Amino acid sequence: MSARRPVEPVQVIKQRRDAVLRAMVDGVPYIQFLGIQFERRGDELTAVLPYKEELIGNPLLPALHGGATAAFLEVTAIMTLNWRIIWEDMESGALDGADTDPEMLPRLPKTIDFTVDYLRSGLPRDAYARARINRSGRRYASVHVEGWQDNRARLYAQATGHFLMPTRDK
Amino acid sequence: MADKNTAAHRFIDALPHARALGMHVETMHDGEVSLSMPYADHLVGDPRTGVVHGGAVSALMDTCCGAAVMTPPKNTGSTATIDLRIEYLRAATPGQTIIAKASCYHVTRSVAFVRATAMDADEDNPVAMATGTFTVEGKA
Repeated sequence: MSARRPVEPVQVIKQRRDAVLRAMVDGVPYIQFLGIQFERRGDELTAVLPYKEELIGNPLLPALHGGATAAFLEVTAIMTLNWRIIWEDMESGALDGADTDPEMLPRLPKTIDFTVDYLRSGLPRDAYARARINRSGRRYASVHVEGWQDNRARLYAQATGHFLMPTRDK
Repeated sequence: MADKNTAAHRFIDALPHARALGMHVETMHDGEVSLSMPYADHLVGDPRTGVVHGGAVSALMDTCCGAAVMTPPKNTGSTATIDLRIEYLRAATPGQTIIAKASCYHVTRSVAFVRATAMDADEDNPVAMATGTFTVEGKA
């Protein structure tokens, strides 16, 4: 049995988690382009898509572009899956938040298919999304994502996707 | 023909998100639409490979399918996506323009059914396939 690790101060743990999360998100140009941010409560992630004019698809209504919504939900699904993969390495200390070189992070899961269900038109306001990993095996994962705006209970879009998991140990 | 093309270009230019992604109308007639999206650094989803993010391909597919619903002879006044499913067959080759071709193959009074394919320079091996359903509006 390995010796018990000394208990780390809560700030050290939080800083490491936030640094790794930032490295994971900042490394993807398309996430930066859309302006998606991630908020963290323990291991739970909430994606936030702050409103900007570039996201509009129907200028008359106006409504968010269906493609922007699809991309937002897909980014949320991939990052939530990736976060689950990274979490274990991070908690063991194998991944250090101090020098989070994107090259140190595991490869991203690849989308096999993604189906978006548009429930309401997206309003010109901030949008939020959370993903639930329904199944995550060695090779495949199935993820469901919920997107909402003003009211958590009134989803404006939801999606299901299947993903190919990255192979471990490069 | 020139007029039609101008109208088609105006259609894309009126969509801020399509403009932000650099989309261009290639062809647009008879319920068939072809849109191109040149490779750009800000579309990258995996910095280690330089491959375009699936979300950008989704946005291109969604725009292309929506345009196919709105183009003559179906010619609905406006449309919204009900459902869109995308299959990612392979990674798009970094540096290459992605071209989507959508066909609106059936329209009822309230629903339009669309299929689309996305390709890069290797036209024999599609990058992604999509099937979608869209609302039919302004056709009462």
